[in-house]
Amino acid sequence: MTEIFGIPTQALAGQLLIGLINGAFYAMLSLGLAVIFGLLNIINFTHGAQYMMGAFAAWLLLSKLGIGYWWSLLIAPVALGAFGVLIERTMLSRLYKLDHLYGLLLTFGLALVLQGLFQNEYGSSGQPYRLPQEFAGAFDLGFMMLPRYRAWVVVASLIVCLTTWYVIERTKLGSYLRAATENPTVVQAFGVNVPRMITLTYGFGVGLAALAGVMAAPIYQVSPQMGANLIIVVFAVVVIGGMGSIGGAILTGFGLGVIEGLTKVFYPEASNTVIFVIMVIVLLIRPAGLFGKER
Amino acid sequence: MADAAIARESTTAPMLAVRGLNAWYGESHILHGVDFDVARGEVVTLLGRNGAGKTTTLKSIMGIVPRREGSIVFEGRETIRMSSNRIAQSGIAWCPEERGIFASLDVEENLMLPPVVGEGGLPVAQIFELFPNLRERLHSPGTKLSGGEQQMLAIGRILRTGARLLLLDEPTEGLAPVIVQQIGRTIAKLKERGFTILLVEQNFRFAATVADRHYVMEHGRIIDMIPNEALGASMGKLHDYLGV
Repeated sequence: MTEIFGIPTQALAGQLLIGLINGAFYAMLSLGLAVIFGLLNIINFTHGAQYMMGAFAAWLLLSKLGIGYWWSLLIAPVALGAFGVLIERTMLSRLYKLDHLYGLLLTFGLALVLQGLFQNEYGSSGQPYRLPQEFAGAFDLGFMMLPRYRAWVVVASLIVCLTTWYVIERTKLGSYLRAATENPTVVQAFGVNVPRMITLTYGFGVGLAALAGVMAAPIYQVSPQMGANLIIVVFAVVVIGGMGSIGGAILTGFGLGVIEGLTKVFYPEASNTVIFVIMVIVLLIRPAGLFGKER
Repeated sequence: MADAAIARESTTAPMLAVRGLNAWYGESHILHGVDFDVARGEVVTLLGRNGAGKTTTLKSIMGIVPRREGSIVFEGRETIRMSSNRIAQSGIAWCPEERGIFASLDVEENLMLPPVVGEGGLPVAQIFELFPNLRERLHSPGTKLSGGEQQMLAIGRILRTGARLLLLDEPTEGLAPVIVQQIGRTIAKLKERGFTILLVEQNFRFAATVADRHYVMEHGRIIDMIPNEALGASMGKLHDYLGV
């Protein structure tokens, strides 16, 4: 058996793949957080709960209505996006003129309430989500087996991330978003309905979390805590990448997933802490994050 | 003929009529009943010392002062309760004192950012004729331009939109004399093209070269109106008002 640094290539590739999968979710979630923070100046602690609700939406659609994975990919983000719009209009929009802390408290409280409601209804044990038929089986890459669904998750999340990046950094719509992130007053005085843009941006960010949730459903157990467990790491990813940087969020998401995977191979004891160690180092050297700007 | 039509229209109804305008920032009461008119096709300045309320007057017209009362009628429509995006859509454009150029947008994106709100905006080619520097720097980040170029960008981008009333807040502040002259020539050209301009200025020598009339502000009120022809005769008075 071939080895690299005394590690069987198969184990190395396997952990790299797990790292890439985790990284795909880190990237999609931190992307949504970065977009929301950029325009709303709100640290959306409800993001994990919204991701969890996306997974639950997929599970409910399948088990109660018999609606499958592909439709869930569309329905769950749209429904949760609408839910986000409702939250923004009724609650968040009252907080923009106040200190950051209020937005953090509100979204954190909301996350606890939502998790509590789901736990009350469905218990804390996870619900399995049946893998769609099309994804049964694996590709034989020679040195390892690559399950079809995992390959799909990595490719799909890359497409989602790059499309979002392109829209924000390279289109007219994105230029409104970037400009309003810098100076909403001037953008609104040009005739752009900035409050509506803010509402839709929050809805989009929440929809992105829900989409990640649907994609996660067949891999992880669908449980009320699934978001809470993940979101802590995602916040570390956002801090490392730099608040408000779109490309930074994507690169750091995938990069840290892979680093975490490699740590599992080379020094398993540190695999749960490596991201936080990196966060501490980055904060000491570059307080604004790797790709962030001081603001 | 066209001049006569403009004159007749301006005697019947001003393009912009401000009456009893009061404005507050939090607890501080900045404007105490501002009254003035701007006729279509005019260039009018607001002169006054620092803190007299000139910038706040522009911001109130633009709808971005949190609390304002009184009446602002633009082309026959009351705008005092409108949000700033609706005011912009009705045909008023604002060039802020701090210029409001976006660092995360390049020059071209900055220039193309303001949405078109009506017909009759300048084609981009003509904006480049007015400000040739912009064409050469299209792909630089907006804030990498010199102060003068940023000012040209801030003015240029609102000429595209078809807005008919331009609010320019100290466009010459901190700029070299040669650039001040270029901006002066630009304002004259814009007037020829039928734009109406309300200009806030500290520099009344510059104002005298471009404007038809001058309103003098003090302590949040208009205290005098001086036609440009009478400016020479009013120099003594003006020196008192402005403390220069």
